[in-house]
Amino acid sequence: MIHYARIISCYTADTSGVCSALYELGGMVVVHDASGCNSTYATHDEPRWYQMDSMIYVSGLTEIDAVMGNDERFIDDVCQTAQKLKPKFIVICGSPMPAMTGTDFDALARVIQSRCKIPTHPMHTNGMKSYISGASEAFEMLALNYCTCTGKKKNSVNIIGATPLDLSRQEIVDSIWTWLGKCGFEKGCCMAMGSSLDDLKTAGDASVNLVVSSSGLRAAKVLMERFGTPYVVGIPLGEQYAKALGEDLHRAAAEGKQILSCTVRDESCEECGIVVVGESVYAGSLARSITMTTGKPVRVIHTLDTFPELALQWDKKLADEDKLEQEFSRCSCVVADPLFKPIVPANAKFVPIPHEAFSGRCFRKDIPDLVDKNLGLEL
Amino acid sequence: MLKKAGGELAKPQGIKITQAAFPRPFEGGLEYNPPARGDWNIVHIGLLIPQAHQIYFCAQGCLRGVVQTTAEMGAMDRLSWAYLCDEDYADGSMEYNIIDSVTQVIKRMEQRPPCILVFLSCMHLFAGVDFDIIIEELESRFAGVDFVKCYMTPTMRFSGLAPVPTMYKQLFVPLHRTTKDGGVNIIGYNWAFEEECELVKIIKGSARVLRQLPVCENYDQYLEMARSSLNITVIPEALPAAEELEQRLGQRHLYLPVSWNFEKIRDNYKALCKELGVAMPDLSFEENAAKQALKKAAKALGGRPAAVDFTAAHKPFELSALLLDNGIDVRRIFVDVISGEDKESFEYIKEHYPDVEVFPTVDSSMRFFASQEKEENKYFAIGQRAAYFCCTNYFVDMVGARSCYGFDGITKLAGEIVRGADVPKDTRAVIQHKGAGCQSCL
Repeated sequence: MIHYARIISCYTADTSGVCSALYELGGMVVVHDASGCNSTYATHDEPRWYQMDSMIYVSGLTEIDAVMGNDERFIDDVCQTAQKLKPKFIVICGSPMPAMTGTDFDALARVIQSRCKIPTHPMHTNGMKSYISGASEAFEMLALNYCTCTGKKKNSVNIIGATPLDLSRQEIVDSIWTWLGKCGFEKGCCMAMGSSLDDLKTAGDASVNLVVSSSGLRAAKVLMERFGTPYVVGIPLGEQYAKALGEDLHRAAAEGKQILSCTVRDESCEECGIVVVGESVYAGSLARSITMTTGKPVRVIHTLDTFPELALQWDKKLADEDKLEQEFSRCSCVVADPLFKPIVPANAKFVPIPHEAFSGRCFRKDIPDLVDKNLGLEL
Repeated sequence: MLKKAGGELAKPQGIKITQAAFPRPFEGGLEYNPPARGDWNIVHIGLLIPQAHQIYFCAQGCLRGVVQTTAEMGAMDRLSWAYLCDEDYADGSMEYNIIDSVTQVIKRMEQRPPCILVFLSCMHLFAGVDFDIIIEELESRFAGVDFVKCYMTPTMRFSGLAPVPTMYKQLFVPLHRTTKDGGVNIIGYNWAFEEECELVKIIKGSARVLRQLPVCENYDQYLEMARSSLNITVIPEALPAAEELEQRLGQRHLYLPVSWNFEKIRDNYKALCKELGVAMPDLSFEENAAKQALKKAAKALGGRPAAVDFTAAHKPFELSALLLDNGIDVRRIFVDVISGEDKESFEYIKEHYPDVEVFPTVDSSMRFFASQEKEENKYFAIGQRAAYFCCTNYFVDMVGARSCYGFDGITKLAGEIVRGADVPKDTRAVIQHKGAGCQSCL
């Protein structure tokens, strides 16, 4: 199967998703790789790298260790570092070479945990999947292992699935908290920007969870199963959609059911000319917000892993450049990361909304905070 | 001051140079990646060939770094890619997929480039992909395009040639044997030497044509490098390229390593003049100017402690010895591995300046070094990593001894020290730029 691109960027991979999801929680994340994973993540995917020192490392895998199956060096290095740094937990991740040699990360995690006496979790990454996959597994691991319920709190809400890969900076998460407060909710925890591992321990207390990215959906399902916490999927982009999403949250809390708010785009628009491109929850929320603001129907082009329930029948799931270009040629307006622009036809309106997971640091300063604000997009 | 997210570590300690072992003063282990990005990678180096296009084949995770490097340079029209999925590496279709992907990419181009660098990854080599067959097929499909085998294989960094020397070597594969015109190439260096550099003056003074890849404006100019009869290299990573060209094209090779030692600089120029058949010029003015400049630099620092890191110059100990001998109080040297070329200076500092401390840069504990540095701006740094670790805004932003060669190079460095001594830089903004000297959208 060929997946190629002549000129557009690519999304970051699963290992970056894991690192981004767990960055602030005091754990130690080790990517079993030669060198590139850590450098790429630290340079392009992690705006916190300079200001906040998290224990994200690479094992420095060599060809000879890979060929000879020298897992012992990896185990020793992880254990020695863990004993020195005393992280709250350890996570180990695979990359392409260990995937080829069939490294058993479940077994490695068990050995490391038994030697270090520190909870150790394997992530089944291979560097060949998108960041959604890695971040999803990391958040799910947190929901399964570190979240508890100390007693339900009425009108308390958690944010689930926040990483800089989708939300870029803490300021945007803070805007979501401000909006939640305006909606009458008490602040729970955020999985995982601006909250500690201890904060996550009370995640089960919330009356509802707000899922702000596809990466958070698996964790939200676990929290629903474990603590009966309903969830609502969406980001409050634009004033009108923010109001509707707030109502969805109250309804979900009251009725105890999940609401896929970002998919409530009931205007049939199979042939509509406006498309929002990108990660399902952000793109879906923006599409709904644009429709509510302008009255125009909007479709979503999902360019990443998504869940079937997040895609509507007239949405499309496309990742390859040639197919995207073909699709864009039918559009009058494309809302997407600026690095998609070279394949958008000149006669279509292009509205740039940078996405850190696609364009990294290139347009970081231009990423807008649209939470509960006038969209101000010229469509 | 940095924010801490877990970990319970006392500030990592360096070791006195007297306790440091050659060539690896520190144990290996898990590696940290400090946020200093000035080093060049294979993308930057590959883009030195004018009009060349790069196509990368690898897993998405590996692809990300090279794509983003290119995007930040605003050069996405010169890079294409294809990524590998789970099912691709075990079904025997790798060669076919690569050939087909390159074909599709070329079909989507408005203009066919004269040269395409095809990069394969660790996964391909590990799976035993036949790179020769791929190139042969591509050449048969696209006559007139030079296809070059390139490698992004960090896992193999200790198995044979490391990625950067390999890249320098492959960079000159499209050159073909032709009539020589007696010209001189400087190869395997990322930046062009300028007119005031003694190296340039001597070569041009010999009435020979000087050719440097970073200033080639088009592909034809690049191909003309085959007409030179002499290749000069200045860093050890370029040696395999020069050796290959000597064998294949009959171009003689002269290694004149970047040096921070007056005697070695003189030796370099003597060797160059001998090779060119010209008299050694009187460089005492340049040498004295360098010495005077160092005095001014020491005075400007006024006894402030200094730190040097290995990314600033290929021989951080030789550079430190020069600074120490000229009154600059180098107290910290950041280095992970000491090169053979730097051993003599390492031993010299050990003997004459035993209080100098040596620190690693990628050791896991260094994650916490900057956040626990108690006093900001205490140090004057030479190099981006030293600036970051020492939490200082006063530093020389030098990577790979850029533009600093010979006596003129020492004068330039000393001038940068004087200029940087009192004028703070925005360290975070400066050191985040990838590929020193390359275009960046940041």
